[in-house]
Amino acid sequence: MKKQTKIIWNVGLILGLLLVLFILEQVFPSGSMLFTVLKKGAIYALVAVSMNLLNGFTGLFSLGQAGFMLLGAYTYGILTIPVESRASVYQYFDGGIVQFAIPVPLALIAGGIVAAIFAYLIGLPVLRLKSDYLAIATLGFAEIIRAVFQWDKLGPLTNGSNLLRNFPAFKSVLYPFIVAGICIAIIVMLINSTYGRAFKAIRDDEIAAEAMGINLAHHKRLAFVISSFFAGISGGLLAMYQTTIQASMFKSAMTYEILLIVVIGGIGSVTGSCISSFLFIACSEWWLRFLDNDNLYIGSFHVPLLRAGFRKVVFAVIIMCVVLFYRKGIMGEKEFSIEGIANFFRRKFKKEKVTEGGASK
Amino acid sequence: MEWINQNLPYLMAGISVGGQYALIAIGYTMVYGILRLINFAHGDIFMVAGLIMVYAMTVMPIYVAIPLMIILTVLLGFLVERVAYKPLRSAPRMSIMISAIGVSYLLQNLALYVTGGLSQQYPPIPWLSDTITVFGATTKRVTVITPVLTIILVLALVALIKYTKIGMAMRAASRDFETSQLMGIKINSVISMTFIIGSFLAAIGSMLFFTNYTGVTPTAGAMPGLKAFVAAVFGGIGSIPGAVIGAFIIGICENIIKGLGWTTFSDAFTFALLIVVLIAKPTGLFGEKVIDKV
Repeated sequence: MKKQTKIIWNVGLILGLLLVLFILEQVFPSGSMLFTVLKKGAIYALVAVSMNLLNGFTGLFSLGQAGFMLLGAYTYGILTIPVESRASVYQYFDGGIVQFAIPVPLALIAGGIVAAIFAYLIGLPVLRLKSDYLAIATLGFAEIIRAVFQWDKLGPLTNGSNLLRNFPAFKSVLYPFIVAGICIAIIVMLINSTYGRAFKAIRDDEIAAEAMGINLAHHKRLAFVISSFFAGISGGLLAMYQTTIQASMFKSAMTYEILLIVVIGGIGSVTGSCISSFLFIACSEWWLRFLDNDNLYIGSFHVPLLRAGFRKVVFAVIIMCVVLFYRKGIMGEKEFSIEGIANFFRRKFKKEKVTEGGASK
Repeated sequence: MEWINQNLPYLMAGISVGGQYALIAIGYTMVYGILRLINFAHGDIFMVAGLIMVYAMTVMPIYVAIPLMIILTVLLGFLVERVAYKPLRSAPRMSIMISAIGVSYLLQNLALYVTGGLSQQYPPIPWLSDTITVFGATTKRVTVITPVLTIILVLALVALIKYTKIGMAMRAASRDFETSQLMGIKINSVISMTFIIGSFLAAIGSMLFFTNYTGVTPTAGAMPGLKAFVAAVFGGIGSIPGAVIGAFIIGICENIIKGLGWTTFSDAFTFALLIVVLIAKPTGLFGEKVIDKV
């Protein structure tokens, strides 16, 4: 397929998706579960892709994503709470020390930048570690960040362990889609650039990559900082989605969830991460809800075991099955693309032709 | 002297918590020594042991409940290894670690389902929960018993590893996984044994830990588990005496920090210590230096 047609197809597909979302929003009531899934799914897709950049493309097993999301969320919250409502939000800290508010897009980017700066500083010592040591050290950093943000002495800035609220949130489902879409597009472009090829080389064999002239320390740091930048932005989006934030939300369990999304989608596949994040959120928030309902009857048969929490057990069993039996996840290392689908149909078509020819003989 | 008198309760609590961490840390360090796997589910096995005890005590007397709890916990550890780790033995290390995270997720959700998310009151264990006075400080008897019991168990374990056949097999497997298989060691039974010992110690540890803290919640195992892992890394992963000493140091430091009024940072301190150790001396206090050949 020619490059130009490919671009046209892709642009058309994206516009079509946005149009469908717009129409859905007009048709369904805004309280529908569908929008919860779409909004949260888009945000998780972004953070899953950013984690995939690190785990799947650079081979750095980092578990600090929740910490960087926390930084992004807090930066966003602190910078955008309107000045007039600061007194009520920071009621225990005399209205806090930040007495200005900046526009939402700027605050989102600021969240990303703060996360990136922290990632740079953390990366200086930590990125020298290998595989599981790196994982446990980044997990430790996320926990330290969480403890620091709950500290009373920082209360005028972070509101201690109290909620941050009253900051602007998004109404339309299009907003998280557009922001996450732009960010993911940037990540994809990065992966396809020379930097991306260097990342993949590091993942496949560090020593060989170094021998080919790739500066290991520099590229690892770059991947870590960029991944954290986008985790920070998705943290800001998450704050907008939830309308309140609290440091105790960003536990290591959150990182594990994101890691599971990446694994289910396929480590090393951007589209896989996106698809699986929507599936993950839809399953955990929506489709399996009926399992929590203990008055479920099939005919006159009262289904046993069902009560609050059963949904999560079933969900965890499904995840274990994926981890054990479909180790490659939904997409493996492949990407979903127009070209792939076109090729698939063409091959099928050709195959049929060949068999026809065989029959005529 | 006055300083000691003021801080004695914290110091004692520290030694006691350290002993409990040590019992969990041994499970981590042994599994890591052989499989090179951070068994994220170990902390949750510890939590499940607590829950089993809660439910067992409601229907049966204590002298049945404790052995039953230990047996079930050991069985759980054994099953987790067989179902979730064994099929992945030839897979990359990352997928087996992800499987461990999956098991941890499953156990936590299962606990959430069974308990309904409520904190379960841990039953008082006679004699252990009695209040006693040591040097003018009031505390539960378990505080004093824990370090003693920990040291006895660790000595027994060290003897097991040094002088028995299975212990020799474990040492061989941790030195070189493949070669030990070639020498006729049944690697699967060695690994199962490792998990059985680890879960057994975690069961004892959970009894001591939850007697001090009254409630068992589905996420109660996560934090002690992570800290015990830090202790194992601190002492040099793969080394049992190292894990025990690391656990005592972490337990004591943590409680002294609490005593100084920095409770928010007691968890953070543990992780800061971890990072400092990893950077300054990645092999820990007693770990052996590994040289990678290209």
